Amino acid sequence: MTWLTRTRRGAALTGLIGSVLIIGAVYLFTESRSETDYVWPTFGEVWAAFQDTWLFENVGSDVVPSLKRMFIGFFIAVVGGVGVGFVLGSSRVLDALASPVVSFLRSIPAAALLPPAIVLFGIGDVTKIVVIAFVCCWPIILNTRDGVRELDSTMMSSTAIYGITGLSRFRLVVLPAVSPRIFAGMRVSLSIAILLLVTSEMVASADGIGYFVFLAQQRFAVDDMWAGVILLGLLGVALNFLLGVVERIVLRWHRSADLL
Amino acid sequence: MLEVSGVGVTYARGATTTKAIDKLDFTVSAGEFVGIVGPSGAGKTTLLKCMSGLLRPTSGAVVLHGREITQPPLEMAVVFQDYSRSLYPWFDVQRNVVLPLRHGGRKMAKDAALAATAEAIKAVGLEGFEEHHPWQLSGGMQQRVAIARALAYQPEILLMDEPFASVDAQTRAELEDLVLQVREQFGITIVLVTHDIDEAVYMSDTVVVLSRPPSTVQEILTIDLPKPRHQATTKTLPEYGKLRTRVYESIMVPDSRPASV
Amino acid sequence: MSSATFRRRPAGTTVLGGAGVLLTLALWEALPASGLVSANEIPGALAVLDSLAALVGTGDFWRAVGATLAGAGLGLGIAVAIGVAVGTLMGSIGIVRNALTPTVEFLRPVPGVALIPVAMLMFGPGLTSDVVLVTFGCVWVVIVQTQYGVRAADPVALQTAESFRMSRWARIRFVQVPSSLPFIATGVRIASSIALIVAVTAELISGNTGVGDSIAFAQSAARTEDMYAYIITAGILGVLAHLAFGGIERRLLHWHQSQRTGA
Repeated sequence: MTWLTRTRRGAALTGLIGSVLIIGAVYLFTESRSETDYVWPTFGEVWAAFQDTWLFENVGSDVVPSLKRMFIGFFIAVVGGVGVGFVLGSSRVLDALASPVVSFLRSIPAAALLPPAIVLFGIGDVTKIVVIAFVCCWPIILNTRDGVRELDSTMMSSTAIYGITGLSRFRLVVLPAVSPRIFAGMRVSLSIAILLLVTSEMVASADGIGYFVFLAQQRFAVDDMWAGVILLGLLGVALNFLLGVVERIVLRWHRSADLL
Repeated sequence: MLEVSGVGVTYARGATTTKAIDKLDFTVSAGEFVGIVGPSGAGKTTLLKCMSGLLRPTSGAVVLHGREITQPPLEMAVVFQDYSRSLYPWFDVQRNVVLPLRHGGRKMAKDAALAATAEAIKAVGLEGFEEHHPWQLSGGMQQRVAIARALAYQPEILLMDEPFASVDAQTRAELEDLVLQVREQFGITIVLVTHDIDEAVYMSDTVVVLSRPPSTVQEILTIDLPKPRHQATTKTLPEYGKLRTRVYESIMVPDSRPASV
Repeated sequence: MSSATFRRRPAGTTVLGGAGVLLTLALWEALPASGLVSANEIPGALAVLDSLAALVGTGDFWRAVGATLAGAGLGLGIAVAIGVAVGTLMGSIGIVRNALTPTVEFLRPVPGVALIPVAMLMFGPGLTSDVVLVTFGCVWVVIVQTQYGVRAADPVALQTAESFRMSRWARIRFVQVPSSLPFIATGVRIASSIALIVAVTAELISGNTGVGDSIAFAQSAARTEDMYAYIITAGILGVLAHLAFGGIERRLLHWHQSQRTGA
């Protein structure tokens, strides 16, 4: 079969065969257990539940609120994180002052912040948005800071030689130079955002996909639970893909974006 | 036109200080091509930073038209060795050249900037590559973009920091001749920092030889080779060989001073 | 003007860092005192530190910390074992790599915590479900990094080894393993922080003993100082994990010119 690995098409075909085999094995496993097992529903049952719930009856009541919270929180994290990152990257003193506190705050396991947020803001959207924004900003802050610090000295010298200063310098030179790092931070943050969204909805919510899954488990509605888990998985994949597309468009100029 | 008078640079890192340049004096007159050579570590690049206003000397001053340089002056452009890091990879060739004219010290109107850009791109032979990004070009072509950017800025003085050190030998010869040619065309003064003795002798009117660090001026040589220079014929002239040997011996002179700290 | 060209390291980075910590604590202490927030919602720093000091003397505290570390540590260990094995297979055998890549790439972004209800249903609340969740959360990054690592050996280094007639085993031992270790170490470092997040989250939601559960319990019992004390504990665990695995990574990377900065 070595000829298969020689071409891209061969690799894709192998991937397809591999995926079909894995999915097939899971299928046979669930089929064989369906009589006795309440944890593993069959593909048919999950698909029926998925159709019932997510195509598209609960989209408005659960998916939309989930995504809204996540996007607002993520957006605040990006804007705030880039801002703070630039400040810390530009000032050695401020960075040294903030460094231990920042390392501590970003090391707090995300979900631990939900209970105090609930105390402060109740169980509404604000809690989820605040926690998502808080937890997602650290990777962006740290990456932006490092990006600013690592600005190439030759590039900044030429910028100074040609008298490019102030806002032009920021907009035309510094921001594009740091943007690959900002995106690297955003990629890490996005997966934390999804994780936290699910958690926050399981801990305190009256709607959202996480809440739906949690409730389904409490009701022993395994089909619904799996349908929700699969939707969360698909969302995770889709959002990552989306960010990848945005990144490729924004960083078209970048060498590492496999242009060469 | 440009005077380097008593320039000394001492780097401080924590408690230890390193004297990179002891004391340098020389002048560059209008229209002159000055090559600066010296053993490695002689503070050539540090000197160039002082001349371009990127670094303030610890002592002495660099004076341009009677004014001390404290920041990058409008009359000056610099071509760095590392073209891949001095060009902006997110802009195409044309925007790289036009950017300093529009958003830098020149503040040119759009039409004038585009005209100057077109002229400079033509002068370095990059017509047709305006919409390429730097990383789509070879090293030599990228350095041509950097030269075009400097020319379009219409400086009186062009400083070049080892501009051809990162390209292959043939490209290097082409770029050397390109610089000599645009120098005639645009009538600019050029200061070239290089570690390559042949290059300095081949291109310059005057060669300034620096000593080992902490550097001083070891020798200033006038290069009276006929112009225009030619890669093959100039380098076979007996005077060329003599000057070359002279510079070589000047650089390799044993250091009689006590060991520097 | 010389800021970009030669910048001196400020002498007292440590002093400044300490000052930053004190400043933050002072601001925190001032927050409830100023009346901006009630001390029931955010108690002052001193009250929280007091409460932390009291907790450290209790068995409950250490049981919670122990349970969290056990869940995160066991899960991480299993994930590393599986991840290195699968990653090595994928990295060295083309057909395995091609066959498994779509599955790995699809499962990687799936948020591990979405499976908390599934794990609770399968294993009930307890250490097992924590470990399974942590393993699922951590394994992907280890697989992917190992796979990079296995393929990271410089072909010239391998050819050099071959030209000196080194045996296949010697090539693996002296070229491939050393060049892949830094990548694996990076994977394990990232995985260690994921492990802690997943463990704490699982405890918080499912009520398994652990720091996460203690935070939730303190909140529901309205013992706000204890809640913050446990959050600080969770943060300290995070910092320790980071220091430990970051330290290992740096050791393995010491030969590497450009200590690659990852996530």
